[in-house]
Amino acid sequence: MKTFNYHAPKDIKKASKLASTSSAFLAGGMTSIPSMKLGLATYKDIIDIKHIKKLSGIKVSGKSVTIGSTTKHAEVASSKDVQKVIPSLAKLAGGIGDAQVRNRGTVGGSIANNDPSACYPSACMALNAIIHTNNRKIEASKFFKGMFETALKKGELIEAVEFKIPEKSNYQKHPNPASRYAIVGVYIAKYKKEVNVAVTGAKSSVYIDKDLSKALSNSFSSKAIEGMELNSSEMNTDIHASGDFRASLVVTYTKKAVEAC
Amino acid sequence: MASLVGSRVERKEDKRLLTGKGRYTADINISNQTYAVFVRSPHARAKIKKIDISKALKAMGVVEILTGAEIATDKIGGLIAGWAIRSEDGSEMKVPANPPLAKDSVNFVGEPIAVVFAESLDEAKAAADLVNVDYKVLKGVINTAEAMKGETIHDGIEKNLCYDWLLGDRKAVEEAFAKADKIIKVDLINNRCIPNAMEPRACVVDYNTASEEITLYTTSQNPHLSRLIMSAFGGVAPENKLRVVAPDVGGGFGSKINVYNEEIVCSWASKKIERPIKWVAERTESFLTDTHGRDHVTHAELAVTNEGKFLAFKNETIANLGAYARVFGTVTPTYLFGPCATGVYIIPAAYTNVKAVYTNTAPVDAYRGAGRPEATYTIERLVEKAAMELGIDRTEIRMKNFPTEFPFKQTLVHTVDSGDYVAGLQKAKQMSDYAGFDARRKKSEANGKLRGIGVSSYFEACGIAPSAVVMSLGCGVGLWESSEVRFNPTGQVSVFTGAHSHGQGHDTTFAQIAADELGVGLEAVDVVHGDTDKGTFGMGTYGSRSLAVGGIAIVNACRKIVAKGKRVAAKMLEVSEDEIDFKDGEFIVSKSNKKKTIGEVAFACYLPGSRDSDFKSPLPEGEEPGLIESSFFDPANFSFPAGSHIAEVEIDPETGEVKVEKYTAVDDFGRIVNPLVVEGQVHGGIAQGIGQALHENTVYDETGQLITASYMDYTMPRADNFPDFNLGFTCTHATSNPLGVKGCGEAGAIASPPTIMNAVIDALGGQEITMPATAEKVWKACKVLKKKNAKAA
Repeated sequence: MKTFNYHAPKDIKKASKLASTSSAFLAGGMTSIPSMKLGLATYKDIIDIKHIKKLSGIKVSGKSVTIGSTTKHAEVASSKDVQKVIPSLAKLAGGIGDAQVRNRGTVGGSIANNDPSACYPSACMALNAIIHTNNRKIEASKFFKGMFETALKKGELIEAVEFKIPEKSNYQKHPNPASRYAIVGVYIAKYKKEVNVAVTGAKSSVYIDKDLSKALSNSFSSKAIEGMELNSSEMNTDIHASGDFRASLVVTYTKKAVEAC
Repeated sequence: MASLVGSRVERKEDKRLLTGKGRYTADINISNQTYAVFVRSPHARAKIKKIDISKALKAMGVVEILTGAEIATDKIGGLIAGWAIRSEDGSEMKVPANPPLAKDSVNFVGEPIAVVFAESLDEAKAAADLVNVDYKVLKGVINTAEAMKGETIHDGIEKNLCYDWLLGDRKAVEEAFAKADKIIKVDLINNRCIPNAMEPRACVVDYNTASEEITLYTTSQNPHLSRLIMSAFGGVAPENKLRVVAPDVGGGFGSKINVYNEEIVCSWASKKIERPIKWVAERTESFLTDTHGRDHVTHAELAVTNEGKFLAFKNETIANLGAYARVFGTVTPTYLFGPCATGVYIIPAAYTNVKAVYTNTAPVDAYRGAGRPEATYTIERLVEKAAMELGIDRTEIRMKNFPTEFPFKQTLVHTVDSGDYVAGLQKAKQMSDYAGFDARRKKSEANGKLRGIGVSSYFEACGIAPSAVVMSLGCGVGLWESSEVRFNPTGQVSVFTGAHSHGQGHDTTFAQIAADELGVGLEAVDVVHGDTDKGTFGMGTYGSRSLAVGGIAIVNACRKIVAKGKRVAAKMLEVSEDEIDFKDGEFIVSKSNKKKTIGEVAFACYLPGSRDSDFKSPLPEGEEPGLIESSFFDPANFSFPAGSHIAEVEIDPETGEVKVEKYTAVDDFGRIVNPLVVEGQVHGGIAQGIGQALHENTVYDETGQLITASYMDYTMPRADNFPDFNLGFTCTHATSNPLGVKGCGEAGAIASPPTIMNAVIDALGGQEITMPATAEKVWKACKVLKKKNAKAA
């Protein structure tokens, strides 16, 4: 690992001020540290935001759950509040990585990184999340821009993610057998007027599958999507799964998710 | 005194290892050490045009940079193939030079070209990035099946063929095939596996400028053998000036048998730069450069009668050696494979032909089971397919062809001393509730799942030894094992063994054996291994040989101690030697009940005098003082464990996921020294074999880049991939050693891949798929099955 300057600011303003083109915010470090060790990423300044108390914690209001950006996956998974109002979100957090990763990795880190096979982005998309930053509020649908790309600007820091409480929801994942990231992850959320089917792992970035969402909005049952065939041309292909297999898995896991609701 | 052999003694070494007190090579630091980083080839095949180290030499902290040119100047030898195999036409195998640092050409990604020594690891890494190598990139030969058609990798080795080997009688086979009712055929790929020992390879070298002795701490399964090879072939130092220490080693699985480039280079360089050197592999280096396992492409046929009697067997295999032939690389696909290819059956005519090829991939060598998993996979797929095609129950067809009389002279090579294959399979059927499978299948089907059952019966030749036999087959050394037992004056016993424990539990099991033989407590026995300066000599641990060969050397050395003890006790008790019995640590005069404990005798052996002028020496005339004995054991035969495994899998046809629902293993390892340790070995072996069958997929792309070079892509099986293993044992004693023991370390990895694949293929209605049966392959097969079933309906 190349040497770098380490900063541990106590408030958001200071953290933001330290940011530059050659800096990175460090939350759990579950991606950034391995990347730095492998020489895939080098930074002049590492701005550790773990010590900013305001960024951590879970709040439930009548309509939404707001999770601070440095809240760890293990905290979300074990939160009685989250388990009560959006149990699928707790389940998603409890299925990320392994115990060590869940004890360090954070929701803000996950979505800021926007790994195409990460779990959290699908929850943001399906649960109509609002990403609160130190400058603005961004709708999830406008936040995830592409592979490892988000709407975040230089020095912009995620403060919290606000998830809208659905009537029903579920998350199902076909894990990569080696890394256990999602080969396909499907998050479905049913609201009064709509059903969102968000898919991670299948394409270059998380997306809402409009056909599946529409079919389930019309009729919320696995039969409504039985036999549906998705276009696989934009699906990822790697040694673990071809685009065709992923296309099929998206439908399969959507069915499983509906049945589990 | 209750016998310790046979008891579930908890592993003595666990407390130390589980509380972080193990001492692994990477834990060792020598003051003033430098750090080595190797510059490795990023190409699978290339000519080296120029190596420019000028910039790197000027980098901060650099002590020295060495390349293949210096290796050549100093006449340091290369890596070796330990077995000379002859082709069917009588010609000797073709082996390319394998210098420790590539000088003119590179032949796999990761092959070392230069080495940087610096004051810190970071400085060494930074400088290694500045070494500029100018390559002429050539088209690599990657694919096993296509290797003979590719460009010639090594000068003078036509068709990239190391040898074209035959075992058996082609003519007899063809005659039998002509008379067969049916011929069963399979085309198989035995997938390449990367061993992935938990501890990456490492070495620390300390050169003593005064004594001119090199001490090499290294991750080896066989330190004495490493010393012999480095001295005799590497020319690094004479044996008496080279000490090899393999301290705690975190798993080997065959990948730590070889003496590797890094060990030779660092040992040689430490003398050159007169500084200690430390090198620890990063995980990616392990993936790229540890010897890999398996990698066969096989076409095999079994000639059968309509009643299910086996008549003849043929096996045409292409085995991928990777870029170079290594220590067990050439024997693994020949004498460790061919003789076992007919499995546990009477098959009157058989042959196995193996073409071993070079490719631009990491060298392939022994990997848990070495040759025998490949053999068992081949015959057990054929047998299962024969049962399916003939409509005979899969267990019945096996029993029909089992030998029932022992010793059993196999068609190829081996005479199996003991076994009871029928009892093993019967027990496995009963333990797995074989009869209840149909009901379980129906239940799975009602849930939309597919369920399959698979059986595999295996035997294997292990306890790899008989020196006369292995040397006649081409082995470069004798494979005996040695031990020295030192009975200290104050009653403790040190047992030195040439076997090496890197997870096997020898500290416990060898102590059990010695304690029983000498009639002392387990706590009085220490097992010492892993250091060429301690103990006599040794050939190390692989091929399930530690107990059946090394353990017996301990027994024999202990018996020499007892024999001497008896002579001394007789003198002390003033009786003749034949009036004395030795039992539970006491020499007893049967008629008078007078006795001396072994501790008293040992004490007397070391203190055979007194200030008392009437004192009579306890030592008989001509007897030397002390109580230390050694033994070299070379058995008359291999040991032949055998057994039957039965697995059930459930498949989700929509996701292609295969779940191992039940796994039953019944093994015959002869006498069992420690059931707890043996069960651990079986668990590990099964897990490794299921890994090969369902998960572990080594992928090189067409240019020879290893795609699965990290745990992000190489699927190591995990605990949640396995059910509880249901283990049972039968017992027939080996006749080739006084304990009646057989090897147990590899059996699980030998039996489980075909067991699992037979179950998967059964669930898929007989559709064959290749290992590993990953989700997408299974999903595709399920789609085909669905279509077929729809058509039939």
